[in-house]
Amino acid sequence: MAGTKASCQCNGKQQGTRSAGGSAMRAYLTNLMRTPRSFRESVIRHGAPTSDRARSQAVSHNFFLHIMSARVHRHSLKFIATAGLGVITLVLFLLLAVTGILLMVYYKPAVDQAYDSMKDISAVVPTGRFMRNIHRWAAHGMVACVILHMARVFYTSAYKKMREFNWVVGMVLFVLTLLSFTGYLLPWDQLAFWAITVGANIAQSPQEVTDALGITAQFDPGGMTKEILLGAHFVGQEALTRFYVLHCIVLPLVLTLVLGLHMWRVRKDGGLARPDEPISERPPGCDVDGSVKTWGLMGLMKGRTPAVGKELANTVPAYPNALYALAALAMLTTAVMLTLGYFFDAPLAEIANPAVPENPAKAPWYFLGLQELVGYSAFMGGVGIPSLAIIGLALIPYLDREEEDVGLWFGGSQGRRVALGSLVFTTVLTVGMLVLTVRAGWLREWMPDIPQLVITFINPGTVLVFAFAVWSLGTVLRTNSTRLGAIALFTCFLTSFVILTYFATVHRGPNWEFYWWPSLWPAAH
Amino acid sequence: MSEDHRSVRPPRRTSHEGESSLEESRRFAPETSRRDFLGLAAAWAAVAAVAAAAIGSLRLPMPSVFPESNSQVKLGPPGGFKPDSATYLPELSAWVFRDEQGLYAISSVCTHLGCIAGREPDGRFKCPCHGSIFEADGKVVGGPAPKGLNWLAMSLSPDGQLVVDKVRTVKSGTRFTA
Repeated sequence: MAGTKASCQCNGKQQGTRSAGGSAMRAYLTNLMRTPRSFRESVIRHGAPTSDRARSQAVSHNFFLHIMSARVHRHSLKFIATAGLGVITLVLFLLLAVTGILLMVYYKPAVDQAYDSMKDISAVVPTGRFMRNIHRWAAHGMVACVILHMARVFYTSAYKKMREFNWVVGMVLFVLTLLSFTGYLLPWDQLAFWAITVGANIAQSPQEVTDALGITAQFDPGGMTKEILLGAHFVGQEALTRFYVLHCIVLPLVLTLVLGLHMWRVRKDGGLARPDEPISERPPGCDVDGSVKTWGLMGLMKGRTPAVGKELANTVPAYPNALYALAALAMLTTAVMLTLGYFFDAPLAEIANPAVPENPAKAPWYFLGLQELVGYSAFMGGVGIPSLAIIGLALIPYLDREEEDVGLWFGGSQGRRVALGSLVFTTVLTVGMLVLTVRAGWLREWMPDIPQLVITFINPGTVLVFAFAVWSLGTVLRTNSTRLGAIALFTCFLTSFVILTYFATVHRGPNWEFYWWPSLWPAAH
Repeated sequence: MSEDHRSVRPPRRTSHEGESSLEESRRFAPETSRRDFLGLAAAWAAVAAVAAAAIGSLRLPMPSVFPESNSQVKLGPPGGFKPDSATYLPELSAWVFRDEQGLYAISSVCTHLGCIAGREPDGRFKCPCHGSIFEADGKVVGGPAPKGLNWLAMSLSPDGQLVVDKVRTVKSGTRFTA
């Protein structure tokens, strides 16, 4: 090319001559022929990496791959370390975004058209029913995986020092995921209408306390929350518009932002939490003061002597090891969702009828445990206890600051014993409480004129929470370990959540009465 | 932030010799210097501005006008309700009763979480959602409802029709006599 340019300069007046024009033309044709290749090279600016260094660069120079660190620890790639739950949750979120956008193409958020457009999506839109099924299954799967992921992080002590705040960020993501409940209203069927009516009245339930104190006229946080949620005093077009905006724009945007923060912090904290390695396995000069990272950008190095030219012990390049693991999990998750979506249809009840409630009107499964508690006191079951649980969970890393056994399930055999003991304790207590209330009722059945405030603060739900707190503090005293106390508390909450969810799903029927099996429900319903 | 400023400021001189009056006054000045004060004031002004903008924006979703239609429903002449009758009015989700003392209306919207309680043959109300039970006069006797069913306000319109208000409640036991 340089030669051509020079010749052009010499024969300035002969630019149109055959030789000069011909060589530019030849270059043009050669470039044209090479375009696919040079385009590819401009996108991916290196060939297949052949050395570890090149593999590290392949990861850190790629916008999509740099979500991973250049090298990952062998332990983090083991299935037992994470069960892949965080990645599965992320994949489900991506599936939800894709199928959700596709559903938005046909869905009409207006009370007189919403139900019909759902029927259209199910019956005539090409792949519409399939997409809706996948969306529903992925939503339920995401809630389940977020809960399991939280349990994994908790039981492997992955919330310890320097990861405390990321645990709190995870709590925010947990709440945002549960708010996928906003999508429940959109089909505008009976289930949607009554689930959101009940939900909005739960938001209003602080009135249970302000009414009892006689201050609702002056101070009414419950009523205000309901008005903000519904834009009215009942579920109608205003509510549908608000829930549509929340479900399709606000929550996904906020969740994406917080999810970015969550994963960014995982990277900055040196990858996933893992057990300490014996000193002998560390390369000399590396990791001297226990910091995880020994090198970094802009000279912000931890450790006294960065291990230049040495790899961290027991790490492998993320490309291809972690990349293949990610791709395999993504494929597996997608395959499971496609299968579920193909064989199992999402339900669509009759069109919303404000005059006749569903009987029983059940929330999605992940709220049924709370609905059982709401059956004792709306405020405590729907607002008080969930808030306490979320705040209590978020505080765990600040109250338990022991640093041993990070990355080990239950932190060893003593932790396993405490978890098992708490499991048995909670099972006995929760089942006993349910049997008592089903058989004998609660305070109002025994003393009909009892003030509402007493029931609000002393009901099966609050008694369970109180018992869990006492059990956990007792464990701290008995074992002299805040970590074991935390294990006790977390296990209590998780176990009772599972039992209450099962109980409300299977054993509650019309009028929220006890039945041994749904097939025994009276035929009228 | 103020802590950062303090840490980069050169250490204070301990010698009292040869200090100018400015240095002396600075030595006895309070912890916050003028520069710190201006910086902090600017930072807090920024925080206040963002907070005010956020609160102002959040004001929008709080409706000042509600989409509900008139909460009052006309039910025809009071004589249309026979003595010792119980009539369900779907547009009100309420029952209108007449006994020897007069007319009264009880809302069947459950005070627990807003489901519609059904009226049983024995006159009691039962809520399908969480099993609250109410006596025939609306008094709560079972389940999670925090209070009894609401009694709705009744009045007579100028054209002689009975009017029931969906929202305004009266003390239970209040009868309306036309």
